[in-house]
Amino acid sequence: MAQHKVNYTQDGGLPVALTSIDKIVNWGRSNSIWALTYGLACCGIEMMASGASRFDFDRYGTIFRASPRQADVMIVAGTLTKKHAEFIKRLYDQMTEPRWVISMGSCANTGGMFNTYATVQGCDRVIPVDLYLPGCAPRPETLQYGVMLLQKKIRANKAGNAQKPKRLM
Amino acid sequence: MRAYTPKDDVQAKSYYTDRYYVAPQVPKQEVETDEVFAADLAALKAKFEVKESFIQVGQMVVYINANDIYGVLEFLRDELTYTQLSEMSAIDWLAKDNTFEIFYQMLSMTKRKRLRIKFFINKGEAVDSVESLFRCADWSEREMFDMFGIEANNHPFMKRILLPYDWQGNPLLKTYPLEGDEFAAWYEVDKIYGKEARDVIGPEIRDTARVDRYDSERFARLGFEVPKGTEITGNEEPNKQDYQEEGGVFLVKKFTKDASKIIDDPQR
Repeated sequence: MAQHKVNYTQDGGLPVALTSIDKIVNWGRSNSIWALTYGLACCGIEMMASGASRFDFDRYGTIFRASPRQADVMIVAGTLTKKHAEFIKRLYDQMTEPRWVISMGSCANTGGMFNTYATVQGCDRVIPVDLYLPGCAPRPETLQYGVMLLQKKIRANKAGNAQKPKRLM
Repeated sequence: MRAYTPKDDVQAKSYYTDRYYVAPQVPKQEVETDEVFAADLAALKAKFEVKESFIQVGQMVVYINANDIYGVLEFLRDELTYTQLSEMSAIDWLAKDNTFEIFYQMLSMTKRKRLRIKFFINKGEAVDSVESLFRCADWSEREMFDMFGIEANNHPFMKRILLPYDWQGNPLLKTYPLEGDEFAAWYEVDKIYGKEARDVIGPEIRDTARVDRYDSERFARLGFEVPKGTEITGNEEPNKQDYQEEGGVFLVKKFTKDASKIIDDPQR
């Protein structure tokens, strides 16, 4: 037997909720942000901690996927080297739209302390970024807060097909 | 008229240099002070030409001819029990006399001794590969090629190891700038988007202290965020730092602190 009694007499006698298409689509999108497993350096450890039981990303519907074709958000967690720059672009292009990018930590934001010849000075030189998280490395709480802000951003946009694709170029 | 002295690079130079400055060196000892090393050196001298030898910090340093290196390492490995090549690389002396100094750090586990084989080559010359003697030299020689541009003859796979294959320049040369030359600065832009994208993406900003509150492309003022590219006037509306909209979200309950139950009994 069901433990929860369904109250058919509330909400006008119908078990329905009325809303708009935008809201229901954005509700689905914002509560199932599947992230690409993309730990490049030590920020990747914090990203893994966010996904593990203590911080528990599954509460937000954020599940890490190993393929860019199944992912909605790319969390660039770590130092992006110049050798790797073409691959981040390729992975980003493989993600299906709508897609978002979180730049996690100082290295991904600006190159961080790696003021050298071999480090890309900010991953926004290669792919468009929606959210920059400060910190070296950011705590899992920061990443959680970032995902919640991304949810807020998704909810604020129209859900239709006419969504403007983000292009760096 | 006074002689003109350039004043734009005063900071770059040290204001005082000692004319008679001699760089400090670790003291050297005669090889004869250590009988194990003395016997090894005598065996080595019987077969190969040894240019200079001494002991520094308990380790023997031997200078040999560049084209003897394969034979010397083979002799050290098979006859003198120096069975491990700990490390090998090069030192850039190009500014001093247009040479590279190549070193091979050897370890004998049975004798518990370390010795260093060294020689000089001119710029543009290659060294003989010791990859067939020590497998670890495979990657070391590739790294030396990557970082200094020194090739190793008879190496099975003489390509860059750390940097991408299409990289230009050798970063461990003393003439290579730490922040990269022009090729390095535009590498990812040129490769992914093409040279014509340089104007759109713009040069790298390497000033770590740079903060510009009027640049909404790169910076966001906390609590006063605006959409990217908006012109900043200074009269921005404050943004409430909140993770959820005020009116609530469809099917998601907003957390309110007052309505929540706070458990303050640690022994609950």
